[in-house]
Amino acid sequence: MPKLQFDKARCSTCKAVSCLTKCQYLSLDAASAKKEWQKIINGEDSFVLEACTTCYACEEYCPHGNHPFYMIVDRQEEQGILPSPRPIITMWVNQCEPVGKFTVGLMQEKALSYCFLPHFNALAHGKLFEDIEYSVIFGQEFFCNAVYLHYAKTSLIRARLPGILDNIRKQGIKELICLHDECYATYASLAPAYGIEVPFKPVHYYEYLIERLKSLKGMVKPLGLKVAFQRNCSTRLIPQMDAVLDDLLKLIGVERIDRKYDRKNALCCAEIFRMGKGPDLADDVQKRNLDDMQASNPDYVVFNCPACWDSLAGKVAERGLQPIHIIDLCKLAIGEEQSLKLAKMEAEV
Amino acid sequence: MIDIYSELTAIIDKDYVSNSKEELYMYGRDPGLMPAHEPEYVVMPTTVEEVQAIIRLANREKIAVVPKGGGLSLTGLVIPQKGGILLDMKRMDKIIEVNEKGGYAIVEGGTTHGALKSHLLKNYPHLRHSIPDSPPIATVVANAVIHGQGRLTQQRGFNSDMVSGLEVVLPTSEICKIGSCAVSQYWFSKGPPLPDLSSLFFGWFGTTGVITKLGIKLYPCKKYRDPVLFLTDKAELVPDIMRKLGRTEMIEDLVVNAQPIPLRYKDNYYILFYITGDTEEEMEFKRKMCWSALWDYFEKREGGFVSLVPEMKAPMLSMPSKDTTRFADVSKGGGFEYSGPIAPIEKYPVYVKKLIDLAEKYGLFYSSAARMIDGGHSMMFSFSYTFNRADPQTMKRAKDALDEAAEFAIENGGVMWKPNLDEQKITMAKMDPNTLDLMMRIKKLLDPNGIMNPGNWEVSK
Repeated sequence: MPKLQFDKARCSTCKAVSCLTKCQYLSLDAASAKKEWQKIINGEDSFVLEACTTCYACEEYCPHGNHPFYMIVDRQEEQGILPSPRPIITMWVNQCEPVGKFTVGLMQEKALSYCFLPHFNALAHGKLFEDIEYSVIFGQEFFCNAVYLHYAKTSLIRARLPGILDNIRKQGIKELICLHDECYATYASLAPAYGIEVPFKPVHYYEYLIERLKSLKGMVKPLGLKVAFQRNCSTRLIPQMDAVLDDLLKLIGVERIDRKYDRKNALCCAEIFRMGKGPDLADDVQKRNLDDMQASNPDYVVFNCPACWDSLAGKVAERGLQPIHIIDLCKLAIGEEQSLKLAKMEAEV
Repeated sequence: MIDIYSELTAIIDKDYVSNSKEELYMYGRDPGLMPAHEPEYVVMPTTVEEVQAIIRLANREKIAVVPKGGGLSLTGLVIPQKGGILLDMKRMDKIIEVNEKGGYAIVEGGTTHGALKSHLLKNYPHLRHSIPDSPPIATVVANAVIHGQGRLTQQRGFNSDMVSGLEVVLPTSEICKIGSCAVSQYWFSKGPPLPDLSSLFFGWFGTTGVITKLGIKLYPCKKYRDPVLFLTDKAELVPDIMRKLGRTEMIEDLVVNAQPIPLRYKDNYYILFYITGDTEEEMEFKRKMCWSALWDYFEKREGGFVSLVPEMKAPMLSMPSKDTTRFADVSKGGGFEYSGPIAPIEKYPVYVKKLIDLAEKYGLFYSSAARMIDGGHSMMFSFSYTFNRADPQTMKRAKDALDEAAEFAIENGGVMWKPNLDEQKITMAKMDPNTLDLMMRIKKLLDPNGIMNPGNWEVSK
């Protein structure tokens, strides 16, 4: 079983212990943080393991790229800590189990990954995808499995991921455009951290969109919009993509508002907190985030992750704000319409 | 030789009388596993007088009469065991009155739940009735006759408890009003303060008369309705979870699902309940009360709430649920049936274990939905198995599993809901003899010629 490639020496010389001192859900000074972190490294009990909300942010806060979050999750699992109730974890383990039903389109060497998210059925069409829209993989067989970081199950990731990668390879895919940020994070961060070889080139869809928009240059009309960005958990595993997003937004004439809960201080959608820690924390985080979005007076609230969309887009709309996915924002820039919209949910009585 | 067909066409337009082979074939079976038996005639009356005339004829000629609603019981209750006349009530489908202030509707004997729902949505969107999770062609009357359950059963009891009056053609052909409507123009009560005679017609499966009109109580539609899903992987916790939620008096419907597919259901018990309210504040308050009721399980990590995305909520909000139809074709071939004991909710763990044991023993796909009744005084637990209609061996295995489930359920304190003929026999064998004797005496008194749906609730001679 692949093991986390973690360098204890890097942590031993670290004075800031940013992984814990910067945590938005803990309150630790450097000395206490150092003590707790040492316990975690040693495989000893630390309250941090129970308190961790699994927001992934420490992975970004570590200046040494030493994967503190993956270490925390490994230790949670070793100590039998359940970040969410056991039945919730069981549900997740079962529902994403590969069962040998491959859902693929007309495959090319370059393909789109929908992960296990039907939202991309609406999003990944139109000019931006016209040469590739049918070269698609979807479902459990291609599911990146990173979600198990929320559930103290790196063993499951390590067990399933090689098979998933092999399934992708078997489709003849050389270059996989990951429409779900978390897939890219899996192939660009998680897999390498555990020494798992990725047999294709993962491409973040931000990069794909930039290239595509450049090739459609004549069609791109700067939108002149100001947006609040909803940063999702998996962006913490690939913080280098944040600057790429800035480039993308610049290309379509969109200003990313410098609000309190964006960038390193971002708040995630918090729906995982609801299942793991209960409604009080989730409601508090969502309220602070939505208040901040509202105060920033954006033309749109922009989503990267479909799971964040499911959790927050409705609440954003209830506040009179307009939710939109990044792909749709790019579509607006080339004169196409928003394709992912809020489901109309009327109580049927 | 009496020409019954001609006599029937003298009562009802000949377009609605049939003895043609293909129609008798269709009316001789239901979607479940009980053996087929065809009627000799099918008639579709439109008036109570027509029903009356048919019953008179049947008495005179000692021919069986089987009244039929949607024919969806799955347990063969309207398969004409002794042939005779099948009385298809579909054309008696009027919604006669909606008494908005009194909160009830009066419908004819063949009015479907789908039609009543549509009528209320269109004309009285602030009112609703208890919709069962059967296809919308289920009739209001037949559902009450079998003591059906619906979306308001957790709060209000069996759908038959929500009846507010009846018009019945007795087996001896008299038209009889039952409840307040017997002395008043208002249909507000099926019994009190009078002797409650309505119980002579519910649970009897048409053996005591034909219900031609029925008053059904209506309840307020709340502005908001939200499904909440709680999971546990321990069957032994389910009764307490049900009880605790029931005792909050904050929830509408509650159903516990156990099934191995889709995979997200595997190894867990899905406790789905609904909260309703007229304001966001009311909804939030109820949500918090429910969280609070189950907090111990959450803290011990033995149970948890699922964050539901819109795609998950949509099927949960649909009424009736379409899941039953989907489940029916899991094995391909479109067959499923369930034994549904009504039982104390404390029996959930032993029932669900038996459900799974029987599925393994007979090589079947299983599912169970347990609906809480009346705040937790009882539940309906379904032992559901699918089968392929083109495969008699699978059908036999399913029937054997259901028979064994019924025996187990009764041995363990349950009472079979809408029992098929075999289950009726087991029930009567177990029944207090004086009760059984009373039932038989009532039946004989009401139906001296034994013409009404014969075969049902009959003691073997």
